[in-house]
Amino acid sequence: MSVLGLFNYWIVIVLMMLGFYVVIAQGNLVKKIFGLNIFQVSVFLLYISMAKVDGGTAPILAPHISLYSNPLPHVLILTAIVVGVATMALGLALVVRIKRAYGTIEEDEIAAIEGELP
Amino acid sequence: MIQAHLPALQVVVPLFAAPLCLLLPWPRAAWLLATVVSWLAAGIALALLWTVRAEGPISYALGSWPPPIGIEYRVDLLNAFILVIVAGIGAVVMPFAKASVERELPPERIVLFYVMYLLCLTGLLGITITGDAFNLFVFLEISSLSSYVLISLGRDRRALTAAFRYLIMGTIGATFYVIGIGLLYMLTGTLNIADLAARLPPLLTLPAVQAALAFLLVGISLKLALFPLHLWLPNAYAYAPTVVTVFLAATATKVSVYVLIRILYTLFGGLDLPELPLRPALMGLGMLAMIAASLVAIFETNVKRMLAYSSLAQIGYMVLGLGLGTAAGLAAGIVHIFNHALTKATLFMAVGCASQRQVIGLRDLAGLGRRMPLVAAAILVGALSLVGVPVTVGFVTKWALIQAALAVDLWPVALVVLASGLLALIYGWRLVEAAYFQPLPDEPAAVAPPLAMQAPLLLLTVACLLFGLAAGWTLGLAEDAAAALVGPAP
Repeated sequence: MSVLGLFNYWIVIVLMMLGFYVVIAQGNLVKKIFGLNIFQVSVFLLYISMAKVDGGTAPILAPHISLYSNPLPHVLILTAIVVGVATMALGLALVVRIKRAYGTIEEDEIAAIEGELP
Repeated sequence: MIQAHLPALQVVVPLFAAPLCLLLPWPRAAWLLATVVSWLAAGIALALLWTVRAEGPISYALGSWPPPIGIEYRVDLLNAFILVIVAGIGAVVMPFAKASVERELPPERIVLFYVMYLLCLTGLLGITITGDAFNLFVFLEISSLSSYVLISLGRDRRALTAAFRYLIMGTIGATFYVIGIGLLYMLTGTLNIADLAARLPPLLTLPAVQAALAFLLVGISLKLALFPLHLWLPNAYAYAPTVVTVFLAATATKVSVYVLIRILYTLFGGLDLPELPLRPALMGLGMLAMIAASLVAIFETNVKRMLAYSSLAQIGYMVLGLGLGTAAGLAAGIVHIFNHALTKATLFMAVGCASQRQVIGLRDLAGLGRRMPLVAAAILVGALSLVGVPVTVGFVTKWALIQAALAVDLWPVALVVLASGLLALIYGWRLVEAAYFQPLPDEPAAVAPPLAMQAPLLLLTVACLLFGLAAGWTLGLAEDAAAALVGPAP
């Protein structure tokens, strides 16, 4: 398969690295959560890409449809999306609590405050 | 007949109890429900272990959809043993929880604590029992999300940042796991672990399979806090409420070790894979954890953090055992899961009894031998067990591990195990010295814990000694479980 034929997978890898980089490099906790979300979404794309069958339609049970995409990864990713949403909601809720407790959501400022605690 | 459905009930009972618990208006009722469910789960786990021991592995088709299409719950000796550990610790922790939670949590959060605990229990039991790789991920996230919330319930504000850090690292770990499973699914078209194990051997030289294994290993190593990936653990254990620390320290990382064993030995059929030096990598990381984490523990003054670093070292023993790759090494690793769960639950519980403060320093243990003799005795037994003194459970593991290392002529490994035991002696001694040889402080002493907290502590302390004396049962079980994975010992 040519390089362009793997287009989806290139996008997956670029998104994955972008998200991962944001998680590691950003000091802002909200940005970290969004980086984490991009990282997770790239994996959703990986699964959806592998489910695609050339020339296949949506997996619907109908008399004239014989060639269709693999529905199993779709179902798996529906579950993973729910998990991703829950993770993001919990992460952002924690950021709100951290903001109230520390007065900042910057990692280095939090570390400085924690460094003075016993 | 209900007995045929025990594998499903093991997970379904706590799962349904969690929302039910949320509807209960009184903390006391929520506690009662959580306790009854924990005892039920422990009973089911014991019944499953009994059945597996007598009749061999159980395969349960969920919703009667036959595997590999449907989700399969598969119970063999290894995960039946882990189920007993997880559910058993839950059953012992719950009576302790009521008084401890009332001491540490605001009243309006107590019901929510039990809801999250039940979800966490569901997730951990689900990870252990399921025979489906993607189902395992779902349970992994159920247990992780609820443990982030449980940790954030701590009174100190550092509990929030600890929970946040765990959320970031835990999610990366779980996502790595999903990537690994996705790659394997692309190549084999199946998600059932037994089915995957049957289809993988001819594909093992493919780079994609090796990449999948790398993703799975790194992902799970993050969850089990293997040494260089451990950064989330010390603060999470140190600032979470006492009950949460006791429960998570004894179960969460242990279940991850089980997943690692499952991936390496069931999915990939052992450590002898082409082009991948798994043995030196796992043994090296295990030994690094044993030495480095113990050294950090020696210089730590926050008692809970000290014990958390000690946990990291103990995880090193487990990874070293399973990295040896022999049936004896694996058995030592498996039996250490049980032994360390007992030891660390005892220690964290004792420290939680000793002081109501969120941040407990060595000074808070001063004069404990006179103020609370039982709590001090529990700390003594726990510390001896970490060092590996005979008569305690810690000795059983050390003995089995050194025997396993010597059997394959790796005497430097045996020496590292002994050295790590000596390091444990140093920080263990600091705990015991503070409890028995420091004078009573002038400040008003902490309130003595109620009987409901002391009784589970006594039970765990006695179990530490009992399973240290009568080690045949647990060691025999671990050896049989290991033999089923690797083939019988020569």
